[in-house]
Amino acid sequence: MTGKLKASLLAGVVGMAMVVTSGQATANDELKKLQTDPNQWVMPLGNYSGHRYSPLDQINKDNVKNLKVAWTFSTGVLRGHEGGPLVIGDVMYFSTPFPNIVYALDLNDNGRIIWKYEPKQDPNVIPVMCCDTVNRGVAYGDGMIFLSQADTTLVALDAKTGKKVWSVVNGDPGKGETLTAAPLVIKDKVYVGTSGGEFGVRGHLTAYNIKTGERVWRGYSMGPDSDILMDPEKTTHLGQPVGKDSGTNTWEGDQWKIGGGTTWGWFTYDPDLNLIYYGTGNPSTWNPVQRPGDNRWSMTIFARDADTGMAKWVYQMTPHDEWDYDGVNEMILADIDVKGKATKALVHFDRNGFAYTMDRTNGALLVAEKYDPVVNWATHVDMQTGRPQVVAQYSTSQNGEDVNTKGICPAALGTKDQQPASFSPKSGLFYVPTNHVCMDYEPFQVSYVAGQPYVGATLSMYPPEGADHLGNFIAWDASAGKIVWSNPEPFSVWSGALATAGDVVFYGTLEGYLKAVDAATGKELYRFKTPSGIIGNVNTYTHKGKQYIAVLSGLGGWAGIGMAAGLTEDTAGLGAVGAYKQLANYTQLGGVLTVFTVD
Amino acid sequence: MKCHPCIPVVAAAALFCAVSAGLPAAAHAQEGDKPYTVEGGKVDQGTYNGFRRYHSICHTCHGPDGLGGSFAPNLAESLKVLKFEEFIGIVAGGRQNVSASSESVMPAFAHDPNVMDHIQDIYAYLKARSDGVLGRGRPERLAQK
Ligand code: HEC
Repeated sequence: MTGKLKASLLAGVVGMAMVVTSGQATANDELKKLQTDPNQWVMPLGNYSGHRYSPLDQINKDNVKNLKVAWTFSTGVLRGHEGGPLVIGDVMYFSTPFPNIVYALDLNDNGRIIWKYEPKQDPNVIPVMCCDTVNRGVAYGDGMIFLSQADTTLVALDAKTGKKVWSVVNGDPGKGETLTAAPLVIKDKVYVGTSGGEFGVRGHLTAYNIKTGERVWRGYSMGPDSDILMDPEKTTHLGQPVGKDSGTNTWEGDQWKIGGGTTWGWFTYDPDLNLIYYGTGNPSTWNPVQRPGDNRWSMTIFARDADTGMAKWVYQMTPHDEWDYDGVNEMILADIDVKGKATKALVHFDRNGFAYTMDRTNGALLVAEKYDPVVNWATHVDMQTGRPQVVAQYSTSQNGEDVNTKGICPAALGTKDQQPASFSPKSGLFYVPTNHVCMDYEPFQVSYVAGQPYVGATLSMYPPEGADHLGNFIAWDASAGKIVWSNPEPFSVWSGALATAGDVVFYGTLEGYLKAVDAATGKELYRFKTPSGIIGNVNTYTHKGKQYIAVLSGLGGWAGIGMAAGLTEDTAGLGAVGAYKQLANYTQLGGVLTVFTVD
Repeated sequence: MKCHPCIPVVAAAALFCAVSAGLPAAAHAQEGDKPYTVEGGKVDQGTYNGFRRYHSICHTCHGPDGLGGSFAPNLAESLKVLKFEEFIGIVAGGRQNVSASSESVMPAFAHDPNVMDHIQDIYAYLKARSDGVLGRGRPERLAQK
């Protein structure tokens, strides 16, 4: 165990010792083992390290052109389908957007429904979900399926029957607190985050006991050290102790109480270090003038002890955010050579357009480079202080309220949003779905009212000057910090990638294509148009010895809302005339699962 | 400009006075059939403010430029039939249409000063879009008189 417990923090953690012994053996060993079995897909990111990689190679770069649809399934829900299915044994599990139906489908019977769980939720939660009513998937552990409902209820379902085992309420939708992120199970605990950065919610990561649903710990993103579960001496930021009250004295007055830093992305885990990794979102409001200071620990990579929640190290990527560059994207844990040295690395493609390679054992910053050349809001990241060097022209804070700052790249959507990248240990490369969009941003005064939007900025988004496309799918070298190849895509790539030992990489597009490309060159090998735009994540598994590829279609999410009506034409005319036919001309809403195979 | 203190609003009918009381008249879009001024593609302060407020709160559901999204109706179309009173009633009180095939929820903004203090401006902006006198994207501001 790496983190050291502080007695003071343990007080109030009810019956933890007991809990640890009772549940640990089963779930712990089970999942640690299952995540290495390529025949199943037991967690949303494929394994604890977040690789989204499969050693399967039945489907490979030579025969992928023969890929064909094996079976399909309508989810019965229209909204944006992020996330993707799990496969445990002969059963496939997935969740839908609101109303958050969970399906268990029988792979022995072409996807016949074994059980279906549909929670009753107050529809008033719908309008407090900022960017569509998405749900990024369920988690499996200890014979149960865990669902994060939109209304913040965490439910444990019996994986065999779909019967509710327990449920617990994680937050208050009346204050704008919602849930969209998939939970993660580690040992005897299940971890959930929170959404609501556009409503002045204070983010946190919370661990519940897997057997009972009892809360074990909660670590906030900002506030007093005891709320964050942070030790001023032992928790470090780039090797230095964070010091006392960092989560309050970098805010004006009480603003940290509505400080944002929500935790709606992905969680990964290193069993040897016993650390759980994730990032925090934007500080509330989007008007930076209204919240002076660094606003710690919004926009931050957290490494916490999985048992106690104590923060071991943190790194704030975007102090005092002025562009809504949430830091929630997945932290991929890869053992790679970085600048010639074998490293237990953490690789993170941030919304702010920089790709970070860190030493995940201690939080040392090793590489920080732009993964889209158009990124312009900062020249570079100072490797000593870790601070981005902000370009005054693009600083919405320096330009001030009621001033429209133009031509900032990337847009608030980020160079990449939550759509998870993939890492192939075979090629050593990262495969990254990206956005290629810039923006104008005008901040103005807002008042906080609980449960009402707390935004305070207007944005227009458009393609970079002279560009005729809104997305790229790239291969990235995390040691050199360089793009290896880049495929332009007409729209943002909002789908999680999958790399396999068959030397192919799969991803979906907003027009609805499932594509397979050559892992070495990016050359397109296959495409198939599914019924709706893809913002879901591709997975793979075997059934009766045969390899399958599965993905959810269902246009929506931020991409769907922002783009379904077409982008604003502010500067689109400058060189991209006509390039932006409306996405609505290509595809419509509708949740469908498509499963592929080769004969 | 500092934000106006929150004015508690209970009924939509009370809004006119509440809103006008809180704001200097000059900052407003005008009332009546044409609550906006558009000259050579440039708009008055009020209509501009409406553009901003719309694009910080309403656009997530109603889409950029009032064009509708996958979530909520095209308001440029709606305002061809909706009267100001009806508009303000829906914005203040919200509306739901929830069934097996629909989960359409328009939130109630009666208690949100970020909307209610600017509702005439938001209306003016959307009306200008609806009347077809204002194009897409961020409008330029007319010089202040
Ligand atoms: C969370 C999503 C959401 C937000 C934010 C939102 N709306 Fe709506 N709105 C809806 C939905 C959904 C409907 C359709 C309701 C129905 O089906 O009855 C609607 C309907 C309306 C209507 C009635 C349209 C018609 O043709 O009848 C008006 C007017 C309206 N909204 C104005 C606004 C304004 C102004 C704002 C910003 C202050 C706003 N809305 C913000 C979701 C939203």
